[in-house]
Amino acid sequence: MINKRVASAADAVADVFDGATIMIGGFGEAGSPIELIHALIDQGATNLTVINNNTGSGEVGLAALIKAKRVTKMICSYPRTANSTVFPELYRSGETELELVPQGTLAERIRAGGSGIPAFYTPTAYGTPLGEGKESRNINGRDYLLEYGLTADFALIKGLTADEHGNVIYNKTARNFAPIMAMAGKVTVVQAKSIVSAGKMNPETIITPGIFVQRIVKVSEPAIESTLVASGVTYP
Amino acid sequence: MTGLTRDEMANRLAQDIPNGSYVNLGIGIPELVTKFVPIDCEFIYHTENGLLGMGPSPEEGGGDPELINAGKRRVTALPGAAYFHHADSFSMIRGGHLDLCVLGALQVSKNGDLANWSTGAPDAIPAVGGAMDLVAGVKSIYVLTQHCTKHGEPKLVETCTYPLTGLNVVNRIYTDLAVIDVTTDGFQLVELSPGIEFEYVQERTGAQLLPILETTE
Repeated sequence: MINKRVASAADAVADVFDGATIMIGGFGEAGSPIELIHALIDQGATNLTVINNNTGSGEVGLAALIKAKRVTKMICSYPRTANSTVFPELYRSGETELELVPQGTLAERIRAGGSGIPAFYTPTAYGTPLGEGKESRNINGRDYLLEYGLTADFALIKGLTADEHGNVIYNKTARNFAPIMAMAGKVTVVQAKSIVSAGKMNPETIITPGIFVQRIVKVSEPAIESTLVASGVTYP
Repeated sequence: MTGLTRDEMANRLAQDIPNGSYVNLGIGIPELVTKFVPIDCEFIYHTENGLLGMGPSPEEGGGDPELINAGKRRVTALPGAAYFHHADSFSMIRGGHLDLCVLGALQVSKNGDLANWSTGAPDAIPAVGGAMDLVAGVKSIYVLTQHCTKHGEPKLVETCTYPLTGLNVVNRIYTDLAVIDVTTDGFQLVELSPGIEFEYVQERTGAQLLPILETTE
């Protein structure tokens, strides 16, 4: 019987290796898999390349992973937050590299990577500093940039409900990058508030089909990032 | 002379949005546009983090931390709303499915180049978000901004000096002083705010401003 459930967040990230590329779901705090990130901090892998839209807030979750100096390179669209100085300090000191990618290009690069498409043309950023040095092509009178697909060794995402086959649904705008990161991660780990047996979810409403998911772990009461930050919590 | 307030600017722009439009609003003054829906009109607001049918902010302390807008503030979902993932969201944007995007600006050039993501300061943390995708893909791009910077420098210029967001992308500009179209001939004045005179606006514009076209009835 297929059952992708693992016992704990620690088990779910136990084989993350130094130098791995990791996609982490979430847009700001919505969809951020805080418990999986904290397990990754405990696990100790370092020299990581992390792909996320942002760079976390406060000193929990993604910001805590960056603060622990586990991240050598960030690939993101918006590395600024009102309430975090973690990434800016490490970026200015040259300790963390940044690849800045327009948000839609980031999303499409992830979808392409997960879909077997090595590269694609997009009009976004043509003629801007973010297009400099990139291959371009005029197609039907318009200029486009060549952008490359992204894949990752691991994808860590947060769902609302998963079943034992790895089918997932999400909560509201917490969905954001998760479905495409699930496609682009060689090993996709989902933390979900509830895990049900196969057959309990309506096949018509599944957002991420289980083929894209390798491990599921139950986190019944996930932390709320803004609450942790407001109360001054830091991790570890 | 004093021009329009921020609310009045947003209200002025809202009057020009066609009924039924799918609209994306940038952060800042553009967010105020939601307060001014003309009578008998319905607009559907898109937020690039995965929601069509965005509604107003919940009461202070309420809402869901996982129901937010692109500015990462809590919002609500109106009846008929839909959630979707980021690649679908930017397919709506880049694929030309959205009717209008309203953005703020650091500078707009007379040929419609927009600079709104970076001042290029050496110690700044560069951050672009979805701005470059929005200007590349949405059918109409309106800029809603103060006519001048806090230091009184023109934002409407011959050539942008800040890093560009997109080339030749702005269709129309709404400021506290005027409504201005970007045309192949340059900045074309469409309307002056009440009590504002042409020369006053021209003095605060970094490129030639073409006078309002006489209409023949």
